[in-house]
Amino acid sequence: MKSHAFAIMLGALALVGNPAAAQQQSIVVASTTSTQDSGLFGHILPLFKAVSGIDVKVIAQGTGQALDTGRRGDADVVFVHAKPQEEKFVADGYGVKRFNVMYNDFVLIGPKSDPAKVRGGKDILAALKAVQAAAAPFVSRGDKSGTHSAELALWKAAALDPASAKAPWYREIGQGMGAALNTSGAMGAYVLSDRATWLSFKNKDALELVVEGDARLFNQYGIILVNPAKHPSVKVAAGQAFIDWIISKSGQAAINGYKINGAPLFFANAD
Amino acid sequence: MDEPSAFQLILSGDPQLLAIVRLSLSVTLAATLVAGVLGLGLGACLALTRFPGRQGLVIALNALMGLPPVVVGLLVFLALSRSGPLGFLGLLFTPQAMIIAQTILITPIIAALSRQVIEDLWAEYKDEFTAMDVPGAMRVRALLWDARFSLVTILLAGFGRAAAEVGAVMIVGGNIEGFTRMMTTSIALETSKGDLPLAISLGIILIAIMFCVNALAWGVRQWSVRHAG
Repeated sequence: MKSHAFAIMLGALALVGNPAAAQQQSIVVASTTSTQDSGLFGHILPLFKAVSGIDVKVIAQGTGQALDTGRRGDADVVFVHAKPQEEKFVADGYGVKRFNVMYNDFVLIGPKSDPAKVRGGKDILAALKAVQAAAAPFVSRGDKSGTHSAELALWKAAALDPASAKAPWYREIGQGMGAALNTSGAMGAYVLSDRATWLSFKNKDALELVVEGDARLFNQYGIILVNPAKHPSVKVAAGQAFIDWIISKSGQAAINGYKINGAPLFFANAD
Repeated sequence: MDEPSAFQLILSGDPQLLAIVRLSLSVTLAATLVAGVLGLGLGACLALTRFPGRQGLVIALNALMGLPPVVVGLLVFLALSRSGPLGFLGLLFTPQAMIIAQTILITPIIAALSRQVIEDLWAEYKDEFTAMDVPGAMRVRALLWDARFSLVTILLAGFGRAAAEVGAVMIVGGNIEGFTRMMTTSIALETSKGDLPLAISLGIILIAIMFCVNALAWGVRQWSVRHAG
C-alpha cells in the first residue's frame, strides 16, 4: 500500500517532466517588471536563442527582489536598474561584474484633470513640489524596485519626504509598475513610471504623461553574473554567454530594434 | 482592437495559450493526485483510530484548510531556494515546485473533509463491522468504497482550490514564459500590463475549464450510480 502510494507520487511528478533532463541549456535571469511588461524580452530572447541555443527563463520582479533572488543563488544573471544597489551587490561579492546595457527614462504620469497643474513641465523636482503643495494623490511603488528607489531619490532631491511623513495623499502600494499604473488610473493619482512600461501599458484611460525630459529622470539598466564563488550552482558559461551577447553589437542592435508604434523603448549603451 | 482576444486565441488553437492551459491542468492534476493519496490516507487514519492528541490534530487539520496560498508559497520558496535546506535539488522556479506548493495547500483540505465523511460513515457501520468481525484493512476498503462519491467531491474541491490559486505558484514558479506560466499567473500578468480584456477572457476560460472538469465528474457519477445499481 505504501509503495503503491509512493509510485503514484513519483508518477505525478514525472507527469510534467524533469526539467533538468529535458532542458539542454537554460539560465534563469532575475529581471524587472519593466523589461518584461514592456515586451523587450519577448523581442530579444528569441534572437539570443537562435544564435546560442540557450533558453533564458525570466523571473520578472522589482530590482530589490531580483537582486535578492541573485543573492540567494536562485538566478544565474540579474538584469536590473538601480546602479547603487547593483554596485553594492557586486561589492558584497554576490555578483562578478556589472555591465551597462541600456537606458531609458522615467516619466511622471498623472490624471488628465491635472490637479497639481504640472502638465508640460520639464523640471521633475518642481513638479513633485507642486504635487505635495496640492496634496494631490501620488502612488508610490513602495516595493524597493529600481523605479521606487529612483522616486525616493527624487523626493529627497526636492527636499521632501512624504513617505516618512505618512502624508495621506502619498500611497505606497507595494506592487509592480503595471499595477501602480492601474491603481493611479483608478485613483486619479500621479505616479513615476519608466517610459517603456508606460508606452506599452494598455489601460491608460484617464492617465497621461505630464512631465518628461529632465536629466534627473535618466534610467540606466545593468547586467551582472551571479558569483559562482558564492553559489556553485550558477551556470557560468551560459550566463556569461548571455551577458556577452547583450553587450555585443548584435545584442545592442536587438535592443534598439524593439519599438512600439515606431518609438524605441530602450537605448543601448553598453561600454 | 487589432489584437486577438483570448477566445480567438483558444479557438484558433494558439500553441502558447494551449501550453499554458496544459501546464495548469497537469500541475494541478498532479498536485490533486498526490494530495489525494496523502489526504485520503490521513483522513481515513484519523477517522478510524483513537489516540491521545487526536482531537488536537483534527482541529489543526481543519484550521489548515484556511492556509493562505501566499504563505505556502513563501515556505516552499524558502525551502527550495538555493540558500534553503532543499536548495541542492534545484527545484525552485520549476513546475515541480508548483506541484509541491499546491499539494501542501490542498492536502489539509482533502484530509479534513475526508476525515469527516469517513468518520460519519464509520459511525453508521460500526456495529455491523463489529458483529461480522470484519478485519481492519477490509473495513477501510469498504468505507472508502461506500464513501466514494463524497470523496470525489472532496477531490474536486481540492482540485478547484489548487487551480484557482495564484499566490503560491507565482512565488515558487516565477511565472516564467513557456515554463512555469499558469492560467492564474497569466491573468495577474496581463492585469499588470493593463490588458484587462485579455485578462478577463483568460479568467473566463479558466472558469469554463473548471466547469468542464466538474461536469465530467458529475457525468461519471451519474453513470456509475446507474451501472452500480
